[in-house]
Amino acid sequence: MSLYKYASPAAFYPLAGKLIPWFAGLATIFGIIGVYLGPFAAPTDYQQGEVYRILFIHVPAASIGMFIYVVMAIYGVLALTFNTRLSAMMMEALAPTGAIFTGLALWTGSMWGKPTWGTYWVWDARVTSTLILLFLYIGYMALVNAIEDKKRADKAGALLVIVGSVNIPIIHYSVTWWNTLHQGASVTVTAAPKMASVMLTPMLSIGIACWLYAIAISLVRVRAIILEREHGRNAAWVTAEFATTKGVAAS
Amino acid sequence: MKIAIDVQNSGETPDNAPERGFLVALARDVKLAARSKGEVIQALAFFIVVASLFPLAIGPESALLKRIAPGVVWVAALLSVLLTLPRLFANDYADGTLEQLALSVYPLPVIVLGKIVAHWLMAGLPLALLSPLLGLQFGLESRELVVLFASLMLGTPVLSMIGAIGAALTLGVRGGSILLALLVLPLYIPVLIFGAGAVEQAMVALDFSANLSLLGAILLLGGLVVPFAAAAAVKISLD
Repeated sequence: MSLYKYASPAAFYPLAGKLIPWFAGLATIFGIIGVYLGPFAAPTDYQQGEVYRILFIHVPAASIGMFIYVVMAIYGVLALTFNTRLSAMMMEALAPTGAIFTGLALWTGSMWGKPTWGTYWVWDARVTSTLILLFLYIGYMALVNAIEDKKRADKAGALLVIVGSVNIPIIHYSVTWWNTLHQGASVTVTAAPKMASVMLTPMLSIGIACWLYAIAISLVRVRAIILEREHGRNAAWVTAEFATTKGVAAS
Repeated sequence: MKIAIDVQNSGETPDNAPERGFLVALARDVKLAARSKGEVIQALAFFIVVASLFPLAIGPESALLKRIAPGVVWVAALLSVLLTLPRLFANDYADGTLEQLALSVYPLPVIVLGKIVAHWLMAGLPLALLSPLLGLQFGLESRELVVLFASLMLGTPVLSMIGAIGAALTLGVRGGSILLALLVLPLYIPVLIFGAGAVEQAMVALDFSANLSLLGAILLLGGLVVPFAAAAAVKISLD
């Protein structure tokens, strides 16, 4: 038995179904640990006060938002080179989660920025790059939704994400240099903060919880996409799946 | 409208040589554009109108206008090129010519490159040529005008290239023009930053060559990669 068989949506569907409870369960456990350690157990920061606790969610959200785009680009390459339908379905399933985490990073960042930097929004290089990343997600989702032919939508979306991922380093450096040209760095977020382990542990556990949640929710979404697409193709196993699942009307 | 492809073959290259595909596509699109000059002039007029809106919105204070001039001219150029992008493929897609081009003996990336160059000649080059005039209205000095012109000469071809990928992906898609803007504008940001940045460097008497070099580097990289990506996008839309 080879792992490749899971490239087929029909084989991946039950596997995803088995994996979801594990990821979701572990996400809940790490989430509970993190939510206890972060807001309650960790001490107040002597410089930033209580506000720094926003970073427990901000940092994981920002990293996941960026990483999911890379994962999508990898799936995009797979979708275009091997013509695997599941890769494109995974892209479609990952995009909303990536966009949500990117948006969450921007939102929590501005919530943190107001008390710390004194303003909700700075045209800082990182903030600007993250905003552009959000635009890239929105563009991908808009393109895939606008094309009615699913096969074409898959390939078009894959190509767009690959082009976008090639552009991301260029965008990042252009924004960084633009920022240094326009204004002196009033606040740098680039310097790695030396964190005490009482503060690092909650961030790690919330980070792990967010990762596991992202995987679980993407698998839920990809299962829905698989059912929708395969139902449209009148695949026999989908009809059987609908027949055995109570509460889901087999129309 | 039917237009014969009439690039004279001198006999030195065989009829199916790839470079002939480039010339055929270029000559055809230039000829088509020359027969509807209105579109070229409209894009230029749009460029001027958008740039003129800024003094009206912000006020006639000359120091401030000079300060924002590079950004305003570049944003106006970006939007003007954006509006002309559907011209690249949409008509050919609608009447089936694009399919014929994709089936022709010439490699599709070469044909697409020809179309991109033709698009730049009709949409980007006029903007660059007119930009010193706009710069004058905003009070830029002669040295800054030269840098503005140079930055647009290097940057607008990249706008046509990236735009070609977006235009090909959105062919025949409902709500295509806004979607095209949404896809393409974020990818235009580096060009905007380096282009406007070069002029700003010149305004404060700094060395602007780094920005122009970066624009040139993006242009070379784009010229190498974009024809293939845009051709792939055309194929996806024709499937």
